[in-house]
Amino acid sequence: MPTKLHPALIGFTVIVFFFLVGPLVIVVGSALSDTTYLTFPPQGLSLRWFQNIFEIDAFRRTILTSLQVAVISTFVALIIGIPASYAMSRYRIQLPGWLSTLFVLPVLVPELVLGFSLLKNLAFQFNAPIYLSLIIGHTILILPYVIRVISASLASFDFSIEEAAISLGSPPLKTFFTVLLPNVRSGVIAAFILAFITSINDVSISIFLTGPGISTLPIQLLAHMEQFFDPTVASVSVMLMVLTVAVMATVERTLGLTFLAK
Amino acid sequence: MKRIAGWTLASPATLLVLLGLVAPVAATIYTTFGTPGGPFSTYQAFFASGFRRTVLLRTINVSLIVTVIALVIGFITAYVVSRAPGWLKSILIVAAVFPLLTGVVVRSFAWLIILGKNGILNSTLINLGIITEPLQMLYTQGSVIVAMVYLFVPLMVLTLVGVLEAIPDDLIQASASLGANSWATFTQVILPLAVPGLIVGAVLVFTGSFTSYATPQLLGGEQVMMMGTLMYQQAMVTFDWVSASTIAAIMVVITIAIVALMNAAARRLNPMTV
Repeated sequence: MPTKLHPALIGFTVIVFFFLVGPLVIVVGSALSDTTYLTFPPQGLSLRWFQNIFEIDAFRRTILTSLQVAVISTFVALIIGIPASYAMSRYRIQLPGWLSTLFVLPVLVPELVLGFSLLKNLAFQFNAPIYLSLIIGHTILILPYVIRVISASLASFDFSIEEAAISLGSPPLKTFFTVLLPNVRSGVIAAFILAFITSINDVSISIFLTGPGISTLPIQLLAHMEQFFDPTVASVSVMLMVLTVAVMATVERTLGLTFLAK
Repeated sequence: MKRIAGWTLASPATLLVLLGLVAPVAATIYTTFGTPGGPFSTYQAFFASGFRRTVLLRTINVSLIVTVIALVIGFITAYVVSRAPGWLKSILIVAAVFPLLTGVVVRSFAWLIILGKNGILNSTLINLGIITEPLQMLYTQGSVIVAMVYLFVPLMVLTLVGVLEAIPDDLIQASASLGANSWATFTQVILPLAVPGLIVGAVLVFTGSFTSYATPQLLGGEQVMMMGTLMYQQAMVTFDWVSASTIAAIMVVITIAIVALMNAAARRLNPMTV
């Protein structure tokens, strides 16, 4: 028999979810407005603000930059994060304990501090290109997510399967791709998605590593908001929400959504 | 042999974190001690400035308020979600995950539309005849707190749902059948078992609020400056990199202190280890 809930608790929860979803509905509504200023409920329905995104050069450029940075840093994080997670599960005894602490550090150190330090001590000190610093920053930011998710899926992997393959003459690299990787497939997909979304949405690192000629979408949104109060920002927001929905649908189809609550 | 294999595989990620995070951040903190006025002069300057002290205290204050509100809202909501039937639970978790995956800029922007001078809240209040002039709601501490609570409640809910789900229904019913009223069951059974989750949630929300940038920038502006916005301003507007590094060092120290403190508290309060 399930526990009975007090009606007041249920009422409270309904209000909370209204509070969680309501503001996003308002953003969608304002994006569809035909007016030149932000308003809700929308007055006249129009998609012209969506068209406007692509007419503004800065938005076109920053959307591309954000996608590039997200794809590159996610791939780099996966390429270095998967072997690291593997090493930490397979050779746990041989590797020092501080290694797992090291990989939690990017979560502990405030993102603003990392962004500023990369600007000051990498881009400025060593004349490293801003774009490279931006990708390094994003890769470090998402590495802990990759390592945590992959390590979680490796925890249920039986390493004796891998030993069996090797003892039957399978070369190490082939073993990795045909035995190990298929077994942690769902973890890799989850890590990819989490990393990509985190990178696309990042403000605190990117804010220091953008400048003339190079900027990411969230930074461009902030800059646009300081000058204009038109529905363009709302329509970009809707675009980002559509991306999020697509991502959630992918997670749902491959892993089930409760995965994200863990 | 195994040691070499392990290190080979772990070394690219290790090097990236050491060279891309540990070294630059350590260098930033190190420069705050190497100034001409003596090793602690930048910190003396920080705390001597009334404005900066106010910003620090305000940031701590706002983060504490946000944490407490998010704890209360998140705990009640997570409890109801954890006891909801399966299909409803999935819907509710989706409704919590979706805002979490939506960026901080978008979620702060929503409150710009709601709380603005000609925003929804003001026009609704005027239409209802409650006020005649629009209220100044943006660029106040209240608007920053509301938007941050909005930002962090989903995180708190998702952190707590797992913990509360693990409490079996039988335990709650056993408590009731032994004569405890619902308040006693709540305070003596559910709450103690949820403590580890509450601590994790509190750390996430407090450190997240304490080091946030986009929300105080959009909803607080110059009037409600917080540590993150002050640091950005020092670094990128006035180009006082020593001052920005000092703020960075203070943020790192406070964040790590909070995490260490909460870790210790979690070990002490966890009913499983007593």
